[in-house]
This record gives sequence, C-alpha cells and structure tokens, in this order.
Amino acid sequence: MTVEALFVALGVCVVAAPAILLLVIGGTFLASRPLSENAMARWTASCVACALLAAVAVLSLMLATGSRYVPVELGDWAKIPEEHFHFHLTFVFDRLSTPFLILTLVLCGTTSAFAHRYLHRDPGYGRFFLAFAVFLFGMVVATLAGAIETLFLGWELVGLSSALLVAFFHDRASPVLNGQRIWSIYRLSDAAFLLAGVVIHHVSRTGDFNGMMGTGSWPEGKAALTSGQALGAGLLLLVAAAGKSGLIPFSGWLPRAMEGPTPSSAVFYGALSVHLGTYLLLRVSPILELSPVLGTATVALGLATAAFASIAGRVQADVKGALAFASLTQVGIITAEIGLGLRYIPLIHMIGHACLRTLQLLRAPSLLYDYHALEDAIGDRIGGDVASSRWLSEPRRRGLYRLGFQRGELDDSLDRFVAAPFVRIFQRFDRLERRWTDFLAGTTSRESDRRTAPAPIGEEA
Amino acid sequence: MAELRFPWLSLAVLICILGSIWDGLARTPEAARRRSLAASGLALTCTLAAWLDFVLLGAHEARDPWEPTARILGEPLLTLDLLSAPKSSLAALLYFLTNLATLRAKAREFSFARSLASEAILLATFACKAPWAVAALLAIGTIPPFLELRKAGKPRRVYVLHAGLFIGLLVLGVALLGRPGDGANPSIVAIAVLALAVAVRSGVAPFHCWMTDLFEHATFGTALLFVAPMPGAYGAMRMVLPYAPPWILQAVSSASLATAVYAAGMALVQREARRFFCYLFLSHSSLVLVGLETATPIGVAGALYLWLSSALSLTGFGLTMRCVESRMGRVSLSDFNGLYRHVPLLAALFLITGLASVGFPGTVGFIGLEMLVDGAVKSFPIVGALVVVVAALNGLAVIHAYFRIFTGRPHASSIDLNVRPAERAAVLVLTALILGGGLYPQLGVGGRYHAAVALSRARRRDTETPVDVSHRTAFPEPHGGSTKDVESLSGRSPVPIVPPSDRVAVDRSGGKP
Repeated sequence: MTVEALFVALGVCVVAAPAILLLVIGGTFLASRPLSENAMARWTASCVACALLAAVAVLSLMLATGSRYVPVELGDWAKIPEEHFHFHLTFVFDRLSTPFLILTLVLCGTTSAFAHRYLHRDPGYGRFFLAFAVFLFGMVVATLAGAIETLFLGWELVGLSSALLVAFFHDRASPVLNGQRIWSIYRLSDAAFLLAGVVIHHVSRTGDFNGMMGTGSWPEGKAALTSGQALGAGLLLLVAAAGKSGLIPFSGWLPRAMEGPTPSSAVFYGALSVHLGTYLLLRVSPILELSPVLGTATVALGLATAAFASIAGRVQADVKGALAFASLTQVGIITAEIGLGLRYIPLIHMIGHACLRTLQLLRAPSLLYDYHALEDAIGDRIGGDVASSRWLSEPRRRGLYRLGFQRGELDDSLDRFVAAPFVRIFQRFDRLERRWTDFLAGTTSRESDRRTAPAPIGEEA
Repeated sequence: MAELRFPWLSLAVLICILGSIWDGLARTPEAARRRSLAASGLALTCTLAAWLDFVLLGAHEARDPWEPTARILGEPLLTLDLLSAPKSSLAALLYFLTNLATLRAKAREFSFARSLASEAILLATFACKAPWAVAALLAIGTIPPFLELRKAGKPRRVYVLHAGLFIGLLVLGVALLGRPGDGANPSIVAIAVLALAVAVRSGVAPFHCWMTDLFEHATFGTALLFVAPMPGAYGAMRMVLPYAPPWILQAVSSASLATAVYAAGMALVQREARRFFCYLFLSHSSLVLVGLETATPIGVAGALYLWLSSALSLTGFGLTMRCVESRMGRVSLSDFNGLYRHVPLLAALFLITGLASVGFPGTVGFIGLEMLVDGAVKSFPIVGALVVVVAALNGLAVIHAYFRIFTGRPHASSIDLNVRPAERAAVLVLTALILGGGLYPQLGVGGRYHAAVALSRARRRDTETPVDVSHRTAFPEPHGGSTKDVESLSGRSPVPIVPPSDRVAVDRSGGKP
C-alpha cells in the first residue's frame, strides 16, 4: 500500500466513524428501536476512538513524510461538467485542520464519557447523544473541509445540534426561547457565510480552498482575489464568524446557551463551537491578508469583544455565565491575533483555551465544593476582585457594572432595532390580509382565529 | 416521436378515474380507503413503469401507443419528456402516501374518491404538452377543492373568486393563442395573460390569498395535494417559458421573489400551524419560478431540481403536520404544545422534513438551492442574495414551529397519541427519499440539467422567432441579419447545440443569439 493510499484510507476512516455513529443512533431512533444507554455510550466511545486513532496516524504519517498538505478526494457529490459546476467532497489534512481535528476528537470523547454518567437515566439521554452525534459529525466535516460548501455543511450541522441542545430541558420555556434565539443568530451567520461562499465561488471560479488560496498550503497561501473582492467577501465571513463565535454585537447568545446540560455547554460554548468562527477566519486568513481594512476591522472587533466580555464576565452571578464571558474574552483576543496577521499563535491559543475551558465547565457543577476545598487548604476565604477599585472611580465602576450586568444591552438592541420592526411590519401585513380576505369572503374568513390562544408570539420572552 | 412499450400514461389516468368511481360506491370509510390505496398504488406503479420505459428508450420525448386522442386531434395528447417523467411519478407518489397516511377517523372529511379524481386530472396535466390541453386541465383541476368546500359548508368565495380569475385568464390566454396546436407564434398579450394566470395559480402575491383561505377551510390533505405538486409551475414551463420575452419572465420572477421574501416573513408571525405551513410552502415554492428566469441552464436546472425536492419535502412536512393535527386539532403556535414526550418520532420527522423543505445541507433540497443561487448570482447577484435570505428566514420559521409544537410541558392526553403504522410508513418513505436524495443528489441533478437544456433549446427556438408578425419590429434582428434570416429560423428548423454561455446570452438578451 502506498503512502497516498494509506492517507486516503485513514482520512476516510476519520470522516466515516462519526458518520457511522450518526447513522446508528439516528437510524435506531427513526426505527423506534433506540439503543440502551450503555450501547449508545459504547458506540460513541468506539467511533470517537476510531476517528482519533486514524487522525493521530495521519499526523504521524505527515510528520514522517514531511507532508504539509494531504487532500482526501471523495469525488464529486454533484456535478454538471458542461457548466463547470462541481460540488467537491474534499477533506484536507494540513497544519491547521489536523491539530484542531485531534482537539475536537479528544474533547468530544472526554465529554461523551462525562455525559454518560452525568445524564444517566435522564429521559433525554438518547436525545442528547443523537444531537451530540450530529455535532461531532458536523465538527469533523467543518474542520477537514477542503471546500467552502463542505465547510458550510459541517457549519450548519453544528448550529442545528447546538440550538437543539440549548433547548434540551424543553419542558421549560426559557431554554427553548434561548435555543430559538441562538438559532436566529446562527441563521444570520449562515446566510452571511453562504453569501460569502457564493461571492468567492463567483469571483475565484472555485469553491476549493486550495484553488481559492492559490499556491501554497496553509498558512502560506495567497488568495486569488483583488483587494476589493477580499474586502467584500471577508466582511461577510467576518459577520459569519461573529455570529458563530458570539463576537459583538451577537455576544448575547453565549451566556444564554448555558441553559443546556453541562456537557454540551462545555464542548460547545467552552471549547469547540465557539471557536468555529475563529477557525473559519484562520482558514480564510489569506483573504484577510489582502485587505488592510479587513484586517483592522477584525482586530477592532476582537478587541471590542474581549473588553466587553471581560467587563460583563466580572458581574455574572452564575458560574456558567461567568465562564461563558471568560471564553468570549479569549475568543475576542484570538480574533484580534488573527486580524494582526498571526497564524500559529491563535491556533495554539485556541487549543489551550478550549482544553482549559472544557475542564472548568465540566467542574462547574461542583464549584462550591472546589471552593470550599481551596478555602480549607489556604485557611482563609477566597477574596473578590479588588484591583479595579484601585484604578477606577466609584461612578465609573458603577457605569461599568451596569454595562456588564445588562450585557451591554446588545440583545435588547437587536430585539428593538431588528426583530421588533420586522415582526411589526409583518403583523401589519397579516392584519391587512385578514381585512382583505374578510372583505372577499363577506364574513370572518379565518377559522384558525377561534383556535389560537390570545398570547402573541414571543410574549414569554 | 418514440413510443412507450405500453400505454402507461393512459392507464394511470384511467385507473384513477375508475378508482374514483369505484371508491364513490364504497359503503364504509375503511372500504373507501382500501380502494383508494389500491387505485393510487396501481397508478403509482404505472407512472413509475412509464418513467422506466422512457429512460430505457433513451428518447427526449415519448408518447403512449394506441392513444385514441391522437387520431382525433392529429397529435398525441399524452406524452412524456425529460421534464414531465419524474413529475408524474412524484405526483402519483404524493397522492398514494397522502391516502396512506389518512387515518380512518379522517376518512369522513377527506374524500378518497375526490382525491382520485384530482389525481387523474393532475396526472393528465403532467402528461400534456399542448398549451391548450394544459390550460384546460389546470382549469378542471380547480373543481375538486371547490366541491369539498361546498360539501363541508365552508366559506368559498375567496377561493371561487381566485379560481374564477385563474380560469378566466386561462381561457383568454388560450383564446389569444389562436387555435389549438398553433402555439409557435403566440401574441405577446396571450403570453402575458397566461403568465398572469400562472401567477394566480402559483399564489404569487397579491394573488396568494386563495391559498391561505384554502388551508383555512379545506381538509389539510386536500389543500396539500392541490398545491404540493406545483401544477402552476408546470403551466409556466409549458405555456409561458418557451415563448415569453425576457421582460415577462423577469416580471414573473421579480413577483415570485417578492412573494418568497414576503411569505418567509409572514411564516414567522403566524399563530396557527396550517397558516404557517401555507406561507412556508408559498415562500419556498416561489423560488422555483425565480429560478426559471435566471435563464442560465444551471439556474433553470436548480429550479427544476428544487421543484422536485420542494414537492417531496414539503409534502413530507405537510403530512407530518397533518399527523400532529389529527392528534390535537388545529395547532396553535402561540403556545408550547409539549408533544415531544408522546411522539418523539414525529418530532424527528418534523425536523427532518421541515429542514429539508428549506434546503438544509445533507437533505434533498440543498443542492437545488445551491444551484439556484449559483445561477441567480450569474444573472443578478441581488437575486442570489435574496434567495439566501429567504432560506435563512424559512429555516428560522421551521425551528420556531418545531419548538412551539413539540416542546413545553408534556401535553396531557388520556389516549395513545403514538404514530400509527400507516402514518409512519408514509412519512418514513418520504424521509428516506429526502435523505437519500441529499446523500446522492447526482441522479436528480443530471436529469434536471438535461431537462433544463431541453427547455433552453425550446425557448431558444421560440424566442429567436419574432413573437408575432405584428410585433416583429419590436424585437431586434439576430446578428444584425435581415428579417429573412429570422424567418428562416421561425420554421422550427433544427437548432444547433451551442455552448452554455451562448445559451445564456440568448436568453438574457431578448432573443439575440
């Protein structure tokens, strides 16, 4: 067997293992023959281990052979040769995707083992692992994607599983409304991503990252776009990344996402999902390099997010909320690093931060126990943050406190200036339509009016 | 024209007609259900056999052998081509699965006999090419829902007014086209009138109110089957697209795009599930007409693919919603209904079919949407951007509905709400097709591209001809050549195969090669 064939076999194994997991859990669910808790945990552990071993083998081979770019071509998913329309299914192992893939698999394996015990006998155990399988498959696809469309496929799967897991405790309205809000932000970010993909496809005549970034593997590639094209496509990508990673002005969804079960909070919002936006920026970094304006915007967005999250994180009353903003602070800094043109440092920062935050979030349910143990060990109470009192006057501290406590009113602003006018406009159209059909019918035209409850949509929010 | 080995098309239509009569004689709802399943199952088999026969023939067009109408009219009435072959089978499948998923409790409201009559009309419509025949069948197709509304004593003025307008426009358009069979040289007024008729039937705003009204008052099954196969789009392809000058197509496309955006917004503010579904359907199905105007083979192929995928996934979504409705009556979207605990399978199917209907990656709708956006961006970038916005809004609406219907405090019920085997089979078949089509889309993509090229050829042939003698001066002469050159093309001479880019140029430039 040649080295190339071995690469292909291992690459297929990496992608196939999570796909099989999804097929098994999803298939048994649709067949109304759900697996037992132990069987589900075993399947998850086996598939993650299989993918992880294959990924490590790929990395070892890359190091041994000195390969920096290993494409695994699975052919065209759909093609119209006459129109030069190809939907390549290409997965790429390079210096960006391979470490991130290994990180993904390690953290998913750890979290699934934790969740097996944490959710034991929970009625939603199967639902959690089904969404988890969707997430794992989405992350692997997004990480290894060799074309923008493939990345979009993974990106969407991650978003869907994320929203469903936030709404995991769906007997209560609050998690569901938060899941819905997150899905709204994700859809916005998806739209920006898809538009960016279409624009890039249109101007560069290819959706493959390899073709798009010109010669040289990551991070040395040079994008085959003009500065103006890079700015247009790059800004759309920045919006997509901001939505996915919770950067300003979309930061409000991240603490809301903590409504989900702790294992999903850890792996989604502490570790992987929240870094998917920055991963996208790293993947398209050659485009960022083409436009100084774009680079500056990226740095500004990252720093503003980091500053805001740092302030908001200090006044959170719950540990998961505080950890969410702590994550966001680091994600903001990572974004700024990418905007500054750094490549390996943000990658290392992402990996380190993801591991630390996963540990912290998984320990979050036993935080008070840990605090007591620490206080017992040092023989004194653990103090609060006193440094700020030395530097800031009382009114400024109050102002910052208000800003942090109200989370910058970012959610309120989006509601007031985007969602509410939209809903108002269409409700007005709805009323007009009612009048028109009543007029045409010569009577009350809506049978459904007699069935619906009086509460308007979103009132619970 | 090639001949099929057996008169599959006539047989499918005949089976539905005879089945409808036989069904009408049934004494119990259960007997009616059984008979309708047998008849629609046989019709489905015939249409699938016709498709297979057509593929094996390798022809671009094939007709039924021993067709009696061919002698009377001088041309075969029932034919199959690249465009209609999968549509007939799809329509038959949708009818069969809807009948299958209809529970005994619903059989008194949902008439199986009428459903078979509608199926006969629809199958005949999809097997016709002649504009006058398509128009006549489309007009007849509006009668069964009216009969249901009348029998149930529901308000029907909104429906009747719109159906009347539709039929009036069809009659006027066909009358202006000239005598039957002389569709090669239609007047521009005739095409505009027919385009307007298509817009009314497809629910293009502001003529969409009949659709919401039908969903309000008719049974879910009837309303679903009346709109899901999208016969309006078929009418557009047979009566408008081959002859229409670009400005008419642009007008239809712009109105459809506006409808798609409007309906996507409306879907988000609905408080009742049926209305939500209606707007979602309207929004996504409007994209099919948007794609037709992109006039790039890839855009048209995307639209054709989207037509199949939308019909498939929206029917699946509709059937799932119908299952929900049959358990708890009209579903309010203002509350959390908490159905998940009772019917987790239905929740999963709702999510899969709902997301497929808005082109979620990995489902059958994704590639069609991708091709449509690709084609639209090549023609008008803003159209591509708006299509993406529509898809995003629709995705939002689907998850919103999912949360409202399935989450919340568990719904209190003293009876077993679990999915019945027949319902499960119907929705699982559609789900398998949705996911299978998403995993292996090439089969559909290749077929739809060839159909799009055939449409482009037909359009090139007809738009190269000045639309009407009286309007000849209004259209520029090709290549700066003389009118004589133009006339030589009007005799439907064989059209040379040109590169796709040239075809695009032809279509986008109002007839200039």
